[in-house]
Amino acid sequence: MNSASSRLGAFLAVGLACLASPALAQSGETKPGEIKIGMITTLSGPGSGLGNDVRDAFALAVKDLGGSLGGLKATVIEADDQQKPDVAKQLADRMVERDKVDVVTGIIWSNLALALMPSLERAEVFFLSPNAGPSQLAGKQCNPFFFGVAYQNDGQHEAMGQHMQAQGIKRAYLMAPNYPAGKDALTGVKRFFKGEVVGEVYTTVGQLDYAAELAQLRAAAPDGVYIFYPGGMGINFVKQFEQAGLKGKVPLFGPGFSFSEDSLPAIGDAALGVMNTAQWSSDLDNPQNRKFVQGFEAAYNRLPSVYAAQAYDVALLLDSAIRKTGGSLTDKNALRAALQSADFKSIRGDFKFNANHFPIQDYYLREVVKDDKGRLTNVIRSTVFEDHADPYAAECKM
Amino acid sequence: MTLLLLIEQGLNGLQLGVMLFLMAAGLTLVFGIMDMINLAHGSFYMVGAYLTATFAPVFDSFALAVLAALPLAALVGMAVEVVALRTLYRREHLDQVLATFGLILFFNELVRIVWGPQPIFLQPPSWLAGTVEIIPGVPYPAFRLAIIAVGLAVAVFLYLLITRTRTGMLIRAGASNREMLGALGVDVKRLYTLVFGLGAALAALAGAMAGPVLAVQVGMGESVLILTFVVIVIGGLGSVRGALVGALLVGMVDTLARALLPTVLRTMMPPSQADGMGASLASMTIYILMAAVLAWKPRGLFPAHA
Repeated sequence: MNSASSRLGAFLAVGLACLASPALAQSGETKPGEIKIGMITTLSGPGSGLGNDVRDAFALAVKDLGGSLGGLKATVIEADDQQKPDVAKQLADRMVERDKVDVVTGIIWSNLALALMPSLERAEVFFLSPNAGPSQLAGKQCNPFFFGVAYQNDGQHEAMGQHMQAQGIKRAYLMAPNYPAGKDALTGVKRFFKGEVVGEVYTTVGQLDYAAELAQLRAAAPDGVYIFYPGGMGINFVKQFEQAGLKGKVPLFGPGFSFSEDSLPAIGDAALGVMNTAQWSSDLDNPQNRKFVQGFEAAYNRLPSVYAAQAYDVALLLDSAIRKTGGSLTDKNALRAALQSADFKSIRGDFKFNANHFPIQDYYLREVVKDDKGRLTNVIRSTVFEDHADPYAAECKM
Repeated sequence: MTLLLLIEQGLNGLQLGVMLFLMAAGLTLVFGIMDMINLAHGSFYMVGAYLTATFAPVFDSFALAVLAALPLAALVGMAVEVVALRTLYRREHLDQVLATFGLILFFNELVRIVWGPQPIFLQPPSWLAGTVEIIPGVPYPAFRLAIIAVGLAVAVFLYLLITRTRTGMLIRAGASNREMLGALGVDVKRLYTLVFGLGAALAALAGAMAGPVLAVQVGMGESVLILTFVVIVIGGLGSVRGALVGALLVGMVDTLARALLPTVLRTMMPPSQADGMGASLASMTIYILMAAVLAWKPRGLFPAHA
């Protein structure tokens, strides 16, 4: 008994350190007229909803392009990173050395992107990020083999800071998980919101219950509250916010990925009417976006999230770049220049790359509404930023 | 901080504690009687939440959905015991940890295959959806009051079960001397399966009650499992009374630390520093509590085996 209690910790540590086996993939050289894409994304565990959207949307784009990218027959090799940096790095090494992939994409999480970048740079394999856009890779550590196709991580937060400022919010309450991206998020809001911050609360990562923080929030009586809670944390918070009777009394603001179509069904009506900011929305009126939204829903029987949209754009970008190089993947400088020119019709509309390989793009204010089938989704209410660039680009020497 | 706010935070602490108790009671029973470390306890919590969320729209009633989910979860628990865990009782704890960790992966993937990777939705019954002013001027979510009521009812039920019934007598006897219980002709195997099923049902009840408040998603069991282990280590492995005291202690300390520490620190240092430091300290407090309890009483507050 006694030894059991003192050894429990050790057992737990062993148990949690034990990993699942990585998935198998095919091997061999790329034949002429073919391109191999390494799709390393999160396909198991709590983050798998995001990874599934990225994988499915990329597959849809390849199908829409006739099974090829830039005229080359496309083979996508999938692997599950389990949301773990060490696993992501191992997978990247294996895909580069054994499968000889030409391009890697799929990564959702910034810490994973940072972990596999050195391997890919050494092997001179381009990484087209469908989501992760850490400030490091946008600034001093910007990398000739990295392209952030989605956004720099601060973008949505900056846009909402700008909106809250424009709304005349005087006293704001800011909340985020206590980790680097949480602090970056609130810094991003404060870069554009100039009113008084009456509370800046950092909660434990993965926190389940927000009753204590909600009671403090009610007592502080702010004009508006900004939350950065990705994934399950956001679902927990928004449900509890409504149950505490705060909805309708204190306006709730957040970045688009906290109110994206992947988590809205789980939040339910508690999310209705919440304002959020993103660089894409399913109601953006351009032909390529309409095709994507309809195609995604028809193929997968669910509404596309912002992650799906980003992954679709990755495929369109790659397709355009290979066309530009005339199907050549070996001349890295030519391929880089072709990617940088971003000569494709993004489903976001206007899109171009800054010198640091991050987008210069518009950000929209979106509201959570119900569509004609009663499903929760977002519609655009206004444009917050036009041609917005991230603040780190100046530090990038490339 | 006003007195009213303090009382509200006390209620929040009680509610978190009661929720943890539902989880910890089953885990500690299994440990006390079978000497078995079951990491997969969180999986039954997840299964309970998913089953309730599936049944709720079918029956159009949250209460009926919970009533349907509990026996099913108990059956799942008993099946796991019979198929996988029965052979592990005589093995080392390390083997049990590895095997039940494997079960976590199995259940997570199974749930993903059945229900898909996206989190699913479960809402409180409409008559518990609003807020109640039990303290004037402080609207409190009605569903959280229901969680407190259910948790306290389960505590009373377990107390009666363990002290007043024949099954309870066998459970106590099994906890103090398994060999003798078997020698007296009791079907120990059946008792184990039964207790395991009870533990699984309690975890499923916790999951069902958590579902309307939290995200119902793959892996939801692991985050609560860590807190549950803290609770039973503080309370004393194997003791249901210890689980209750430990759960309430952890719930209170965690909630009050999160509520008070940033405020207190703000009186001593600039706000930005106080917020960051308060958050870090608050997330540490329950582990500091656990270390302090173990330094004082190395077997927890109420060790089951004297």
